[in-house]
Amino acid sequence: MNTISVTRTALPTGTWNIDPVHSQVGFAVEYMIGTFRGSFSPVEGTLAVTEDGATKLAGSADATSVKVQDENLGMHLLSPEFFDAERAPKIAFSATDIVRDGDHIVVNGELTIKGITQPVTLAGTIADPIEDAYGNDRIGLSLETVVDRTKFGLNWNLPLPNGKPALANDVKLTADLYLVKEA
Amino acid sequence: MTILGISGSLRHDSYNTMLLRNVPLDLELWDGLKEIPPYDEDDDVEPVPSAVARMRAAVAGADAIVFATPEYNASVPGQLKNAVDWLSRPRGEAALLNKPVVVIGASTGAFGAVWAQSELRKVLATAGARVVDAEVGVGHAPERFDADGELLDENLKEQLQEAADTLLAELPARVAIAA
Repeated sequence: MNTISVTRTALPTGTWNIDPVHSQVGFAVEYMIGTFRGSFSPVEGTLAVTEDGATKLAGSADATSVKVQDENLGMHLLSPEFFDAERAPKIAFSATDIVRDGDHIVVNGELTIKGITQPVTLAGTIADPIEDAYGNDRIGLSLETVVDRTKFGLNWNLPLPNGKPALANDVKLTADLYLVKEA
Repeated sequence: MTILGISGSLRHDSYNTMLLRNVPLDLELWDGLKEIPPYDEDDDVEPVPSAVARMRAAVAGADAIVFATPEYNASVPGQLKNAVDWLSRPRGEAALLNKPVVVIGASTGAFGAVWAQSELRKVLATAGARVVDAEVGVGHAPERFDADGELLDENLKEQLQEAADTLLAELPARVAIAA
């Protein structure tokens, strides 16, 4: 995990662990004539911010946790043609730098899918801590980016009758994370 | 290590079966294709038809598979496709899931069953197999083998060797060692 120190607005100090019950990583990709969505959960990860501003952010999900509405599609997504869960069981992200400006946040880092690591830039929002109903400090972090799936070796496609590919290469990834402060 | 050879041709003197015998691997040739019944989801319940159970066991027990397909009407022979359909079920526990496979083919025409090979790769990948990137197309098959079924063409022998090496490189043990 990398250590980062650049912030314009301070991130809340402490060790913040992803709440797996309410957090989710989603994907959306153009398929034929619409947008197909799925998700991964549970997600695990931690944002750690020290008093001097040194920050670490990393998280992961099991490839086998992919959620779609059809069992057959789900199994196809786990096969070597897509995520190859047998040999690449983890989808992981690790930040290399984080810039916060008010509620806006930009996170540069490395995303690993199917055993292939690529640089990505995530952008989104961060909410200041609140005390939740159970007395825990909690922050919200929403991030998104667009990646070319073929750069991660997810190359499947089929031509439509009009000759165009059924599935787009660009995939929107979203992370809607709740983080709870470690006591 | 067990590497299964599956010929998509039922014919006794099949060029594809002949081609499998020329693959430089210690192949166990599977000869149960003709006994496989048509896929019917109503029959895909325990106990499955005995011919299917034997095929699934043979495939599940293999470390890798070499498929040799002829080309019928620009595609995969129906009986071979039907067998792959049985091998693709049940989802999540299918005998083909994550199985390293390579596809080769022979035809009496000029193109060496390349369209059937392409379609079989697509079908196998959709079924969950680990399809390796190799192709051997033996065109004009009657002229490519001697009376004993030995492949005559040195270039084709080299292609078979490359396909065999590519398949072996995908075996889990090899991948683990490489990692």
